Amino acid sequence: MIEVKGLKKSFGDLDILKGIDTTIEKNEKVVIIGPSGSGKSTFLRCLNMLEQPTDGSVIFDGKDLTKASEKELYKVREKMGMVFQHFYLFPHLTIQKNLTLAPTKLKIMSKDEADEKAHQLLQKIGLEQKAHDYPSQLSGGQKQRIAIARSLMMNPEVMLFDEPTSALDPEMVGEVLRLMKQLAEEGMTMVVVTHEMGFAREVGSRVLFMEDGLIMEENEPQEFFSNPESPRLKEFLSKVL
Amino acid sequence: MLLQNEASRSFDNEFLQKLYDTFIYDDRYMYLVNGLKTTLIITLFAVLLGMVIGFLVATVRATHDKTGKLKILNVIANIYLTVIRGTPVMVQLLIIYYVIFASVRIDKTFVGILAFGINSGAYVAEIVRSGIMSIDAGQFEAGASLGLNYPRTMMYIIMPQAFKNILPALANECIVLLKETSVAGYIALEDLTKGGDIIRSVTYEAFLPLIAVALIYLIIVVGLSSLVRKLERRLKKSDRG
Repeated sequence: MIEVKGLKKSFGDLDILKGIDTTIEKNEKVVIIGPSGSGKSTFLRCLNMLEQPTDGSVIFDGKDLTKASEKELYKVREKMGMVFQHFYLFPHLTIQKNLTLAPTKLKIMSKDEADEKAHQLLQKIGLEQKAHDYPSQLSGGQKQRIAIARSLMMNPEVMLFDEPTSALDPEMVGEVLRLMKQLAEEGMTMVVVTHEMGFAREVGSRVLFMEDGLIMEENEPQEFFSNPESPRLKEFLSKVL
Repeated sequence: MLLQNEASRSFDNEFLQKLYDTFIYDDRYMYLVNGLKTTLIITLFAVLLGMVIGFLVATVRATHDKTGKLKILNVIANIYLTVIRGTPVMVQLLIIYYVIFASVRIDKTFVGILAFGINSGAYVAEIVRSGIMSIDAGQFEAGASLGLNYPRTMMYIIMPQAFKNILPALANECIVLLKETSVAGYIALEDLTKGGDIIRSVTYEAFLPLIAVALIYLIIVVGLSSLVRKLERRLKKSDRG
């Protein structure tokens, strides 16, 4: 579904990604772990071209996104949902409007269709009573669940999660991870950058270890966590587990 | 005692006589009424023109800063801002009337609106730009990740938030503009200040008409300022809510 070839990204003299090659298949749940500054988030943001790669290609549904026109990119992003560490809900809009803004303004749904879908999604995540509240009235965990629902409104083919629980109070991490697990079970293709090793082990179908702008090691979670090969991964796991 | 009364009575009479001469005789107060009307008309339409110019210029500048596009428009916008903010409004007014429209018979009120509107636009532009820049970059990314292109993100997500943040500053700009229009008399526009000055020149009495003019400005400005404060309080409340 997404094919990444020789992906490089530099900011000035700073090389963040030094050549990433990987393929993300449909229904896969790829979890990316690694120390801060290893390029995990940059890699994720290159997948939907929020960062323009310096070199290499990202092929999504047969189209090279690094060569796509701006117009095509926006079309592609409708199909790639993204969830951010800091939620980025729209503070001036109610929860309902946060969900319906993009599909109605892009004329993908009528207002009624969008309202109906928003209602269903809010019910699914257990926040239908918040439909007419504003984001500032919600807890962090609720905000992140709303942000996930907002992405789901577009019926994405793949969801990108950029440290979705890192900004949350510990007691709110669980509710967000549960929702993500539910999505995984429903067959959503997911790419998740996280520090939640439990989630990686339980939900991931493949775990990538990134360090210094490269994928150092990848494996299915059982093997990844019990038999790490590279010394750097061993060291990393000994620190976080 | 009697003498004092006599003196004060004659003072009263003299004062009343002056009041009568200044405002009532020959319907001279109409200079102030018509002047005020002109001042308000110029201010109102100049504010509207300034807002339109300001929002356009700010959008060009912010788009250039964020995306690197609109290079030529950005250069034009910068020249406009430098020239307008680097020269006195009175000089601009004189140039527009005596140079640009030198050979055309044109309504002076229109010239006033044009001059003060173009002038105000430069200040509004910087206020709006600061408002746009104050919005978290994540809001742009959230919009983009949902497939909303830059103009849509700007219109539905950024501008409404920016506008709310800068509303008090914009209202203050209106107040400043109201006072600045007092130089309109230099192109023989009969605004409020000029109205007072005309009375002075026919009665040879400076104190009363000029103080009256000052009081009228003061009352309007104080009134508008208290409205701005009320607005600020309400905006703060909705931030907390």
